Amino acid sequence: MLMSMDKELLQIIGVTLRMSFFSTLISCLLGMPLGVLLGKSSFKGKGTIIKLTGTFMGLPPVVAGLIVYMLFSKNGILGSLDILFTVEVMVIAQCMLIVPVVINLTHSITSVNSACLIETAKGLNFSKGKTAILMLTENKTALFSVVLSAFGRSIAEVGAVSLVGGNIQWKTRVMTTAIMLETNKGNFSFALALGIILLLISFTVNIIASFAVKEDKQ
Amino acid sequence: MKKLLAVLMALAIVFTLAACGGTSENENKIIRVSTTTSVNDSGLLPYLLPVFEEATGYTVEVQSAGTGAAIQKAKDGNADLILVHSKASEEEFIAEGYGVERLPFMYNYFVIVGPADDPAGIKDSVNAAEAFDKIEDTEATFISRGDESGTHKAELKIWGEDVPEADDEWYISAGQGMGACLTMASEKDAYCLTDKATFLSNKADLDLEIILAEGEDMKNTYSLIECNPEKLDGINTEGAKAFIEWMMGDEASALIAEYGKEAYGEALFYLAE
Repeated sequence: MLMSMDKELLQIIGVTLRMSFFSTLISCLLGMPLGVLLGKSSFKGKGTIIKLTGTFMGLPPVVAGLIVYMLFSKNGILGSLDILFTVEVMVIAQCMLIVPVVINLTHSITSVNSACLIETAKGLNFSKGKTAILMLTENKTALFSVVLSAFGRSIAEVGAVSLVGGNIQWKTRVMTTAIMLETNKGNFSFALALGIILLLISFTVNIIASFAVKEDKQ
Repeated sequence: MKKLLAVLMALAIVFTLAACGGTSENENKIIRVSTTTSVNDSGLLPYLLPVFEEATGYTVEVQSAGTGAAIQKAKDGNADLILVHSKASEEEFIAEGYGVERLPFMYNYFVIVGPADDPAGIKDSVNAAEAFDKIEDTEATFISRGDESGTHKAELKIWGEDVPEADDEWYISAGQGMGACLTMASEKDAYCLTDKATFLSNKADLDLEIILAEGEDMKNTYSLIECNPEKLDGINTEGAKAFIEWMMGDEASALIAEYGKEAYGEALFYLAE
């Protein structure tokens, strides 16, 4: 069984990495600027927005999956796009789960030293955009762990991706849904072995990421 | 890669064995039934159990999963009896010494469901094998359970020698439960093999019709198997025997024969002769 899984396993790992990479990338591109904006500015309703992102951090994945499913279902508003049961729609569901995490964490990190940085930026006559970039670069290390949290949530998620992705063999099956499938088949040991592989993948990504941060510091 | 997998597999087995180490105190009034989703989700067990519990004073704990997982849980000593529908797996379960005896007690039929306009024209097929051939010839989309469940094994038996490749565009191996596969079939205007009970109980949310309902290769037999106390520790043998006896007795038979008539206008399960 393990041997016949070899080619398929590599394909599943490929889909998993592709999905997690794009979910993380898009979530960070959307969430970080918003988080910085919240961190550096003060306006009415800011507290509510932050509380909302905190609330959505607790959004059950299956619920996110259901919402995305209904949107892209045949009779849904976006049904005509015909992308249900594809990796693309899995990324969309993932972003729904991860963007609030990224916004909330980015806000927490950047708000700590925002006053000081804004002062510096004023002194240097920085534009608003440049100030935001300064806040991102000054908090680089902390923000890197936000990226890793986003990646971690993405690679470990199962409820939403099985619902909108469908766990289709050779197409939308990822590590977590493969583990679920093997568990349902009764192959508990094999499922556990897949779980360990998933952890190894995560470990590798973390090692690469920490090297990247170190390189950057030097 | 293979070596790595072998090592991981070994590790995983060690973990599993470690997890199986402790046996719990056997409570005589609790019967653990490991069953497939079709029996539980169709509402049959929730309908029967209160009557049994009332009559005997036992409490029945039902775990429902795909046939593969249902059997594995029993092999791990976590059930007193199983109620499943996959003859080959059941016989293996007994051959390996985990089960005492296979008792077929009821059956129903698998049906092929699909879009109402029947694009592959399978409506008048004499059996499921012919219908599957037509689906393959026209490359109409087909959703396979792909999860080694009883229904998936029935699919494979109908395909016979030439099971389609899962990378064929039209053949989708979903690896999910019956409900999820039916939803997918509805979304993709696809065909799907399902037990009738699950289909009828989900029909309201689905854009699917029963296209082929009769055929000698579509019979779906459910069996009860008592777990073997000589092989497994902590089995409530008395409870399992009492449950099996009741399920095969007159009272349960009458209830099973009636089940579904009120809600769907027809019985969902028939008693085995």
